[in-house]
Amino acid sequence: MKLRSDLALVRDLVPRCSRVLDLGCENGELLEALFAERQCRGTGVEIDPDAVLGAISRGVPVIELDIDRQLNQFGDKSYDVVVLSRTIQTIRRPESVLQEMARIGGLLIVSVPNFGWWGHRLRLLRGRMPMSKELPYEWYNTPNLRFTTLDEIEQLFVKCRLTIERRITLGIHGDRRHGLDAWANWQAGAAIYALRAA
Amino acid sequence: MQESLGVVETQTVRLFTADEPFTTTDGDTVGPVDVAFETYGALNESKSNAIFILHALTGDAHAAGLHAGDTRPGWWDSIIGPGKPVDTNRFFVICANLLGGCQGTTGPSSANPATGEPYGLDFPMLSVTDLVNVHRALLRHLGIGRLLAAIGGSLGGMQVLDWGLRHPEELANAIVVAASSRLTAQNIAFSAVARRAIMSDENFKQGRYALAGVSPDVGLAIARMMAHITYVSEDALSGKFGRELRPNKDKPGFGIDFQVESYLAHQGEVFLERFDALSYVYLSRVMDYFDPFAEEGITAAIEGSPLGWLVLSFDTDWRFGTGHSRRIVRWLEGAAQPVTFREIPSPWGHDSFLLKVDRYHATVRAFLDRALEVGL
Repeated sequence: MKLRSDLALVRDLVPRCSRVLDLGCENGELLEALFAERQCRGTGVEIDPDAVLGAISRGVPVIELDIDRQLNQFGDKSYDVVVLSRTIQTIRRPESVLQEMARIGGLLIVSVPNFGWWGHRLRLLRGRMPMSKELPYEWYNTPNLRFTTLDEIEQLFVKCRLTIERRITLGIHGDRRHGLDAWANWQAGAAIYALRAA
Repeated sequence: MQESLGVVETQTVRLFTADEPFTTTDGDTVGPVDVAFETYGALNESKSNAIFILHALTGDAHAAGLHAGDTRPGWWDSIIGPGKPVDTNRFFVICANLLGGCQGTTGPSSANPATGEPYGLDFPMLSVTDLVNVHRALLRHLGIGRLLAAIGGSLGGMQVLDWGLRHPEELANAIVVAASSRLTAQNIAFSAVARRAIMSDENFKQGRYALAGVSPDVGLAIARMMAHITYVSEDALSGKFGRELRPNKDKPGFGIDFQVESYLAHQGEVFLERFDALSYVYLSRVMDYFDPFAEEGITAAIEGSPLGWLVLSFDTDWRFGTGHSRRIVRWLEGAAQPVTFREIPSPWGHDSFLLKVDRYHATVRAFLDRALEVGL
């Protein structure tokens, strides 16, 4: 089973035998891999009806709900790991979702596309909205509601009292980036963070 | 690809006798206990494809297929049959009338061996656990140790929940549809009015109506009419009847003026032919008292032996709405169970669980297909 490359990076951050809550789990690909390869247990959360059905067919438990409003469904510290993979830009209230994640889990894994990537900045200078492989949408049909750079999401983590344990940055094609940390906000197409409540 | 099961038959088996009676959770005894049940499909060699169907308040053992000479199929024929989500080509399906019922299984209108007369109100009070324990006895009788799945809607779902919580080793999967883990004050209030209608009917005679050769038809029909309103959504009733008057209705009176009144009267009328007032009184009370999560340590068994749960609600159900299902999911989640939950959009209210709603059926199909792949 070949896991999508960014999901493989997320998988590698999840400790063995964890109970994992995957917010925006799509068709359950990540959880299926975690169950099979890392002896994890867990639940997906998804709102797209077809994706929910896909997860059920894979044998991944999935709860159909709205991440923005209904995470109170989950108990305090009921999961070891809570994943929010390439989803934070589509939710209305990222700050309260991060707080809910910290309430539910111990380790939080959050991946975000970086609107600060140099190519986006160039497009903006040319008077066009950012578009790329990571952000392939036109402004009028994008599911993305929140646009952040790595610098700014990290400020939000501080505000939510989350400590960054680890940051992995990706190039614009989703490959792992090995450049200087200081240049990440220019060079990275996306980043994956491992966080814990301070 | 989807067809009907064809002609099926109800069987009856005596699972408890007067000498070896069934003991309720309150310590009362009932014996003999006969159980009416039907089976569809074939049990495989490893006995790993059995699915138990749990019926709701007024259901019976005839879940699917046709009885000889009938034109209307069983109550859950929409989901059970060859090629249907509960696929009788692949699963061995069992459905039994529940304890306290009136369609072949021993209930309050059965003969009390001590007197030779119907039990009436001398029949013991029952709990959901009692209903489940009789189903479990049937399963042992059939020589099946573990079910691939149990599935039920409404009171059927409550039985699935109770079964899974208390005997998780007997179920690989549990499907709980449009059910509740605890009735609200409003639910109990409806239940109270139904019972009052029945028990204050002059023909109820303290439950000894059969001896007097009468039955509390007015009360039972009112109970059914009222319950029926709670089974459908306001939009479904509006869509079906609106404020339409009956044909030739020219001026207001106190009879059956509106089409919806005619429909309800008909629902009450046909119910009398198939249901017994004492069963209604007993089984509605069973639902009122169901509250398994109030028991200290109730989740200990499933924590030690998790099973796969599928919990479904319907967005227009106002009898056991999504809040009831979410409560079940919260408890199961808290006990670290693998739980899948969906709220299914459907205009039909509580009754949706009996109907062919595509997203609902696709979900049950995907879940059971996966269950069969994984096995016991």
